[in-house]
Amino acid sequence: MFYLIHIAIFCAIYGILAISLNLVLGYTGLLSVTQAAFYGLGAYATAILSTRFNLGFGESLLIGIAIVSVVSFLVGLVLSKLAGDYYAVATLGFNVIIVAVMLNWSALTNGPLGIAIFSKTTLFGLDFSSQPAFLALALFLLFLAYGIGYYLKKSSFGRVLKAIREDEKAIQVFGYNTTKYKLVIFVIGAALAAAAGSLFAAYISYVDPSSFATNESIFILSVIILGGLANLEGSILGAIFLVLLPELLRFVGFPEAVAAELRQAVYGLLLVILMLYRPQGLLGEYKL
Amino acid sequence: MSALEIKNLSKRFAGVSALDHLSLSVKGGRLTAIIGPNGSGKTTLINVLTGLLPYESGSIIIGQGESQNKLQAVQIAQQGLTRTFQEVRLFNQMTVLDNILVVLTKRPVQSALFETLKRETQLKAETILKKVELWEKRSELAFNLSYGQRKLLEIARVLAMSSSLVLLDEPFAGLFPQMVKKVSDIIKDMRAAGTTLILIEHNMNLIRELADWVVVLDNGQILAQGPAADVLRRPEVIEAYLGD
Repeated sequence: MFYLIHIAIFCAIYGILAISLNLVLGYTGLLSVTQAAFYGLGAYATAILSTRFNLGFGESLLIGIAIVSVVSFLVGLVLSKLAGDYYAVATLGFNVIIVAVMLNWSALTNGPLGIAIFSKTTLFGLDFSSQPAFLALALFLLFLAYGIGYYLKKSSFGRVLKAIREDEKAIQVFGYNTTKYKLVIFVIGAALAAAAGSLFAAYISYVDPSSFATNESIFILSVIILGGLANLEGSILGAIFLVLLPELLRFVGFPEAVAAELRQAVYGLLLVILMLYRPQGLLGEYKL
Repeated sequence: MSALEIKNLSKRFAGVSALDHLSLSVKGGRLTAIIGPNGSGKTTLINVLTGLLPYESGSIIIGQGESQNKLQAVQIAQQGLTRTFQEVRLFNQMTVLDNILVVLTKRPVQSALFETLKRETQLKAETILKKVELWEKRSELAFNLSYGQRKLLEIARVLAMSSSLVLLDEPFAGLFPQMVKKVSDIIKDMRAAGTTLILIEHNMNLIRELADWVVVLDNGQILAQGPAADVLRRPEVIEAYLGD
């Protein structure tokens, strides 16, 4: 049972991350490969604030979101000068920088050793430290992220985002300052990723830089491409699928000596097959 | 009264002059057609006017605005100028209705974030789509429309903007006669409503039918301008544009 709850919590965390990136890539067309950096900043904010300042989960979550919002605003300003492949490469570079800071600013982050968290997860006076309670908290935050995504998708703002994705020059001709729109959605996406990071840190009770490297950003990208671009339900479905798939492969009777490698190979193969036969993802509304 | 004033506008591509110190005054409320052979600078002029291409020198004054150099596309649109494209540029993976609703959205981000879709906005979109006979297609993705319908949707998007100055870049290109009549009627309605129109077109019959004023471009300069009946008879225009 604990194993299932553990998987469900990770599905919720990756669901939030997938929604956060889908707003940026699926709805706005910005190929961002840096979501793990914001995820990591949120996680480190919670770890540092709870261990050094004895702040509760709620406070560290909010402060983490605020810090990431400011950082992502500044990064977004720089990125606004770029487009297409250059944008993707620059976001990847930002992820590398953040991981390098986590590794090397030892006085703050404890370097590669990471930070262990010993405090309980409390919010509004309620204790969410037990696994079932933490699952409820994770699902609540996932629901909140979905609600924000749904509101944005249905709003006039969301409609402009889609137009930017389709033809940025054309929508500019109609008087929209697309730079501001892109900046706002980039910050919202980063803030949601920070919330997922905060949740991750509180659940695992430990953070280290390896959890937020570029391969994590690529994994989040895979989740939304597989689940479906510009589809919030697809984000959640993709998260469930990609979190469950390696777990399910554990139950396939691979030879002990090569089980891990075979699981990875089969996992990769299944993704390739899915992309070949369903390039828009499981529930996608938009193709890259 | 002048709706658009262009002074000494120059634009070069890799040393080749596309617009060569071009000056032009477009009177408000009438349809000015810009014609000229391929490569004469017609589309470059429209792209420069709408901020999609930068230019080297000169000035553009829209309406009663002050002369400002190097305006961005967004600022130009906010001054009441909009356009259609020679190659139709729709928001393909959005519905026909959303292609109209999106241009009816308030421009500032903070307004768009909290704007709810009002009944009057929906009605305006409905009226426009009915006018171009695309209401039945409102739930289709723009990508799935026929070429003629795509042209109509682009014109509908311009209608939704209610701009005072509209640039139409070959709106009749590739349309069959029935569709040409429909687009022509819409353009006449826009002119009757007082919109200043600049039309780039190669079909001389349509130019004669629609244009109040014709400007002939050649090598990025104005070769001739005046009423259609007069301009299209001039020997230098026939030589440059229509051939011998």
